[in-house]
Amino acid sequence: MAVTAVTSALGDAPPPRRHRRLEDERWLAFVLLMPTMVLLGLFIAYPFVRGILLSVTDSRVGVPGDFVGLANYQRIWNDGIFRTAVYNTFLYTGVTTVFKLALGLWLAMLLNRHFRGKAFTRAFILLPFIIPTVLSTFAWKWMFDPTFSVLNWLLYRLGAISGRINWLGDADLAMISIMVVNIWRGVPFFAISLLAGLQTISPELNEAAAIDGAKPWQRFWYVTWPLLLPVTMVVMLFSVIQTFADFQIVYVMTGGGPANATHLFATYAYQIGVGAGQLSQGAAISLAMFPILFLVVVVQLLYIRRVETR
Amino acid sequence: MIEGARWKKWVFFYIPMAFFLLFLLFPFYWMVITAVRPDGELYRPWNAVNYNPFWTTQPTWEHVRHLFEETLFATWMWNTMFIALVSTVISLVCGVFAGYALARLNFRFAGSLGTGIFITYLVPQTLLFIPLAEIIRNYRLGDTPWALILTYPTFLIPFCTWLMMGYFKAVPKELEECARIDGASRWQAMLYIIIPVAIPGILSAGIFAFTLSWNEFIYALVFVSSPEAKTVPVGVTSELIRGDVFFWGPLMAGALLGSIPVAIAYSFFVEHYVAGLTGSVKG
Repeated sequence: MAVTAVTSALGDAPPPRRHRRLEDERWLAFVLLMPTMVLLGLFIAYPFVRGILLSVTDSRVGVPGDFVGLANYQRIWNDGIFRTAVYNTFLYTGVTTVFKLALGLWLAMLLNRHFRGKAFTRAFILLPFIIPTVLSTFAWKWMFDPTFSVLNWLLYRLGAISGRINWLGDADLAMISIMVVNIWRGVPFFAISLLAGLQTISPELNEAAAIDGAKPWQRFWYVTWPLLLPVTMVVMLFSVIQTFADFQIVYVMTGGGPANATHLFATYAYQIGVGAGQLSQGAAISLAMFPILFLVVVVQLLYIRRVETR
Repeated sequence: MIEGARWKKWVFFYIPMAFFLLFLLFPFYWMVITAVRPDGELYRPWNAVNYNPFWTTQPTWEHVRHLFEETLFATWMWNTMFIALVSTVISLVCGVFAGYALARLNFRFAGSLGTGIFITYLVPQTLLFIPLAEIIRNYRLGDTPWALILTYPTFLIPFCTWLMMGYFKAVPKELEECARIDGASRWQAMLYIIIPVAIPGILSAGIFAFTLSWNEFIYALVFVSSPEAKTVPVGVTSELIRGDVFFWGPLMAGALLGSIPVAIAYSFFVEHYVAGLTGSVKG
């Protein structure tokens, strides 16, 4: 109906002149892709090249600097704080991904049942993911406050502790606190994406397995999990990239402290590149993320290819 | 669902669900309660006697007033809204066009361009912020909203393109062919036939892009420095903390009010948002 309405409005007149060139698919594609290519080229490809060039000079803010080869990379390689940051980033990504996947999958399974207020619950569960991260992380920082922590109050009332816990003042506890916030923010994303995956699995498969005598655990492991695996992989790879390159949560919670013990790649790059004005070294630190991110992207592309061609 | 004993339903459903809800939503409750609690109650040590942190009997607007009278919060809100809306519109236009071209048109490099855009989709902002800051300075865009309006599309366009490609691929080819037989040009067929059919997808991409740009932090932190040009997340971070002193009341009030536009947009379009979210990872 829409088609006839529009075409009758157009009448039998030939297409206007300016459209004639766009009849050629290649021209049309070129025109349609132009704005995207310009913006991505100007603000992704060019900065990427600039970043690499920057990282082999010794420039600081306002000083162009000279070519120094790989000196910046050598310097960060020997930098104890950088090594801690690398270790932290891997730990942070690994631990939180396991928890996000486990809790997200559990929550998705719970949401996949029929119960009253399901739509409502699902809408509320996504809140941690949609509320601006910095703003919600402040709520967590306030909850972990050394003097006024509600968590300390709770643990004290429950009789679990007798003195206060300085959550963000101790290197290990601070790392745990940061991970908790990341898990809190990531679980809804996993849950909702996996729920969408679960909903594509026909319940008849599970019922058939149940009739054949499969126990709930077996039904999950032999029926649901293999069917859910493609979605799980993609969600996980996305999450790994985001977590690996995370900045906001650490910046707000600890700023990399105490004593530079909780830095990730991004926060350390910020501290050196923007805080201390050592542009080239900061660029080197954030570019050091690239090989690992690249590897994850390649895995993801290969995996998507494989699933698509199957 | 296979029915079991009543206690089983409690143990395997209600109790875990309650724990999840508590874990996921408590920080927001804490935000609300802190935002309306007077300072005298706020700064009582956690182990004080007869102290009930979960409720207040004297709610106050003091913190909200502080936010609007002592800081530029209203300006930050306006800045964030303006930047988020304009960059969303730019990204939608680019993403719809690019998605259409990649899904519907035959041309050389179509496959490799698609892969290229997918890769940029996965480039995190933290990888490029230092060289980008230099470029922004060289273009004399620093400290203006345009520094953010032009850079936010770099992470929004790939996402919009990806999502729209999925939608366009699902629209039957015959629809377009009919219009072309009736005399529409390719351009007209795209604009008047295919794009209207994809409106739900555009809405999903738009709402998702809007929340992403409202959430963005590191570009806004690095590219903009004067208080009048800041966005809500950066403004709250830099102006409500003085050295070691955190103004927790106004901070939480700011966090709460700063979340409201996103929450409203989200509540109106939950289904579209979820479609965007799940579409974005479908690959």
